[in-house]
Amino acid sequence: MGSTLKYLTGVSSLVLDPEKCTGCGVCMTVCPHKVFTRMEKKVTVTDRDLCMECSACVNNCAFGALTVDRGVGCAAALINSMINGGEPSCDCSGGPDKASCC
Amino acid sequence: MAELKFRNDLIGGSAGIPGGPPRECCPGSAGKKPDFVIGTIMTASGPVEKVSTRLSSSDYLGHIRCRTTAFRNNYTIPPGIYAAGQPGEDSDILVSSNYKLSFDALRKELEGLNVWILVLDTRGINVWCAAGKGTFGTEELLRRISSTGIEHIVSHRRLIVPQLGAPGVSAYKVKRASGFTVCFGPVRARDLKEFIARGYRATDMMRTVSFPIYDRLVLTPMEIVPAMKNYPVYVLIVLVISGLHPDGILFRDAIAGGIPLLLLGLVAILAGAFITPLLLPYIPSRSFAVKGWIAGIFFVFPLVRFTWPDGGQDPILLGFSCLFFPMVSSYVALQFTGSTTFTGMSGVKKELRTAVPVYIVSGVISLVLLIIHKIAGWGPL
Repeated sequence: MGSTLKYLTGVSSLVLDPEKCTGCGVCMTVCPHKVFTRMEKKVTVTDRDLCMECSACVNNCAFGALTVDRGVGCAAALINSMINGGEPSCDCSGGPDKASCC
Repeated sequence: MAELKFRNDLIGGSAGIPGGPPRECCPGSAGKKPDFVIGTIMTASGPVEKVSTRLSSSDYLGHIRCRTTAFRNNYTIPPGIYAAGQPGEDSDILVSSNYKLSFDALRKELEGLNVWILVLDTRGINVWCAAGKGTFGTEELLRRISSTGIEHIVSHRRLIVPQLGAPGVSAYKVKRASGFTVCFGPVRARDLKEFIARGYRATDMMRTVSFPIYDRLVLTPMEIVPAMKNYPVYVLIVLVISGLHPDGILFRDAIAGGIPLLLLGLVAILAGAFITPLLLPYIPSRSFAVKGWIAGIFFVFPLVRFTWPDGGQDPILLGFSCLFFPMVSSYVALQFTGSTTFTGMSGVKKELRTAVPVYIVSGVISLVLLIIHKIAGWGPL
């Protein structure tokens, strides 16, 4: 038990710009997968392969030091958008008011 | 504990602020109080409903229905302010979503606490998913702060937002626009009490998302149900193909030839939708498509020879079964990427780039094998 589940390696689009990082550490607080650690006065990415691209860090970095391709990591949503066009979304069961799924 | 009082000096000034939870969602619930409401507290911004911290049997029944059916698409509560215990002007404000399953997960952990709960309108979606979509987000939070007049109810300017709301809620933007400081709470509501007791500090464990077997298990019904949606169509196709004969459709052939295929189809779906999620960490490979394929092989292969009355003598039919059914498991397992706590879009895209062509090619080969088997079975015409 307790084994950390990891997804594919070398795919995460997370980028941290050390020039812009002030070391405030908010990314370390919001990251649900311990992707970041503090190195001296800055934050670094320890294990990019743990990143699930949820964009919590990007959304909370006041200095614009982080970027990631944000989107739904759901095969059904991506296949739907391949077939029907449009952005992948979680709205499997119809219109925007019927948003369901995850 | 300090006696909690309201700032009566603010009441006069806030007469025009609409009080109580706005009722724009939830048709059918208007006028009728939900059964988790156990009273009302008068505040500077109007009456606030007080909620029970215990779940009733109807709550649990609702949770089971959410986990298994489309019932969850409308399992909502009205957004707005609620109270747990006897909160006052110094009490914490916990922010939550209006998916009742999430709201219940929160309120059942609040026994003994005096807190306000600010429920955002996430259209009945849980905090994490809604944060990903932006409905549990900065804008909705700011809108809800002003529409509820919560700043007149408390004397402080702090909000505890669940950590998994961070993809939607930007703490620095909320601070800038409203003056409220967002403090990100633990991932799981059950850690809230300890988080507060530690002076609003979370341990590493509280900040990390895991995906234990129980969490995976409760998700499997909603993997199986959608996968089974196409099963009746599959049944029809299999029976027609199995019974097809140059002279017409033979009922006996349809049953004799069809049942093994129907059984293997069912096993393949369960391998992908139930076994793969359940045994996720123990099945080799990181790719969900490969995991599902392995699970499919594991369950389908031993069954293939037993399902036909003649012991599966036909190599073409065996070839078809060994190719087609594990692919079904793989496809179904790949859908689980949408339910996990650790898969990202780039990874799923990468999987699909390989998996989709493989599915198409093996689907075509399967079909050809089935046709050859069928024609060979008719003998010389």
